[in-house]
Amino acid sequence: MLKKTGYQEKEIVKKEFPPLKHLKKGPKAFIECYQKIPCNPCTTSCPHDAITIKGDIINRPKLDLAKCVGCGICVYNCPGLAIMVVGQADNPDYKTFDIPYEFYPLPNKGDRVLGLNRKGEELGMFTVLRVLNNKRQDKTALVRVKVPNEFLYDFATIKVGEDNE
Amino acid sequence: MKHYDVVVVGAGPAGMACAINATKHGLTVLLVERDDFLGGQLIKQTHMFFGSEKQYAKTRGIDIATILKKELLKQDHVDIMLDTSALAIYDDKVITLLNHHDYIKVKANAIVVATGASEKVLAFPNNDLPGIYGAGAVQTLMNVHGVKPGKSVVMVGAGNIGLIVSYQLLQAGVDVKAVVEASDSIGGYLVHAQKLRRLGVPILTNHSVKEAHGATALEELIIWKLDENFSGIAGTEKRIETDTCCLSVGLKPSSEMLRQAGAEMTYVRSLGGYVPYINQNHETTVNNLFVCGDVSGIEEASSAMVEGFIVGLTLANRFKNVPNFSVLMTDLKTQLKDLRAGETGEHIMKGIKQIMRGDHHA
Ligand code: SF4
Ligand code: SF4
Repeated sequence: MLKKTGYQEKEIVKKEFPPLKHLKKGPKAFIECYQKIPCNPCTTSCPHDAITIKGDIINRPKLDLAKCVGCGICVYNCPGLAIMVVGQADNPDYKTFDIPYEFYPLPNKGDRVLGLNRKGEELGMFTVLRVLNNKRQDKTALVRVKVPNEFLYDFATIKVGEDNE
Repeated sequence: MKHYDVVVVGAGPAGMACAINATKHGLTVLLVERDDFLGGQLIKQTHMFFGSEKQYAKTRGIDIATILKKELLKQDHVDIMLDTSALAIYDDKVITLLNHHDYIKVKANAIVVATGASEKVLAFPNNDLPGIYGAGAVQTLMNVHGVKPGKSVVMVGAGNIGLIVSYQLLQAGVDVKAVVEASDSIGGYLVHAQKLRRLGVPILTNHSVKEAHGATALEELIIWKLDENFSGIAGTEKRIETDTCCLSVGLKPSSEMLRQAGAEMTYVRSLGGYVPYINQNHETTVNNLFVCGDVSGIEEASSAMVEGFIVGLTLANRFKNVPNFSVLMTDLKTQLKDLRAGETGEHIMKGIKQIMRGDHHA
């Protein structure tokens, strides 16, 4: 249970995940913000008004999949680092994940990095496709990782080499 | 003796916000700070804040300190004394200050105590070994002085501070071996917990520290499972090798000065300890003695800041007329209400109800 362990169960992740039929149309945000907290930068930062929080600021954000274009702006604006963008990779056996990343050194395009699931367990080595870190992002980099379809509901983040030491 | 409209004690988010609003509307203000910098705990916060844009959400704490500092230094009628401790408050609103070796007396029409909070400690055998720190000290070492507190760490406490500092430790390259939490669930925001967990940090609820071992400094920590009564269960001990242990087991309001000044106080568990009775304007039972921020109940920095703005505006309107007072005040009160919505907020609101009194000076 999330409140005891800090990770969400795979069944719930599957249920909350953007449906595959939407991913075919383009990349979509996946918001993993399961608790009522007083927070709203996801909604105010989205230029496409795709995220709404109804009523009180504590209510959970809701994504309108039709409006979301997968730009990733909400990803680095969320103080909880609770959003990623999932998209279809060129190779149909893979998906792309745009994740927020706040560790130095940043990976480089083409690097092989260790993929981790929501419990921090190792999934294997994945390729970095893109790294964005402009001034507007305020030190939260956006890293695009190529992830095999089998880990669609597992992949959560990356670890870059041993260089976090 | 110098005379100010308002003397504010403590230049954290609450004190700074209060000073800004009071002086912006024409009051003369003295802001007194024990440390040699403005911003209080904000300057150690490298993470993005929650809340809405009005409280600078998604801005990092340290950058909020800079924004407040700029706003404060723009004002004409504010004096700032750093390295200065407030010693005592007397009946006629005379406050005594100690700046290095100088003993200074100042008179005010109103005094605002925004002294924040101090860390609680946890009792266990050998908890005085070097390597066992409070979370505040760890943040100061890392984020102010750029010094890693150790190679590895066990964090005790899964409230927001424990979770956030654990993440900052990971960012600094420290191996966070576990977060240990005595209660049966994670107290901080789950998004912070998820961040740690996906990087492989176990969060152990219903666990606490049994004892620490080490010849001259911390070498290993023995943790164990707790039963429903928070007693350790024999046989569940686990040994963790670590050179650092960080305690984040809660804060208590630094409210001693209020008691000394004669404010009526009471113990409220959900607010962290002894807090003063207040009215809607955050005025204590002593006329023209106000509080804002953690000193009247432990909350987030964003709420502390909004409380500061509320008290500053209240004072400005009491001593001068603020033309659009009710519009400004309604906005601030709405912000505070929003920040206190949700589970954690409900808990805090219950505590605040216990100290809230009608207008005792009316
Ligand atoms: S990815 Fe872009 S369009 Fe989609 S919700 Fe986030 S900010 Fe809005
Ligand atoms: S910004 Fe992030 S943490 Fe805040 S409500 Fe939106 S998704 Fe949740």
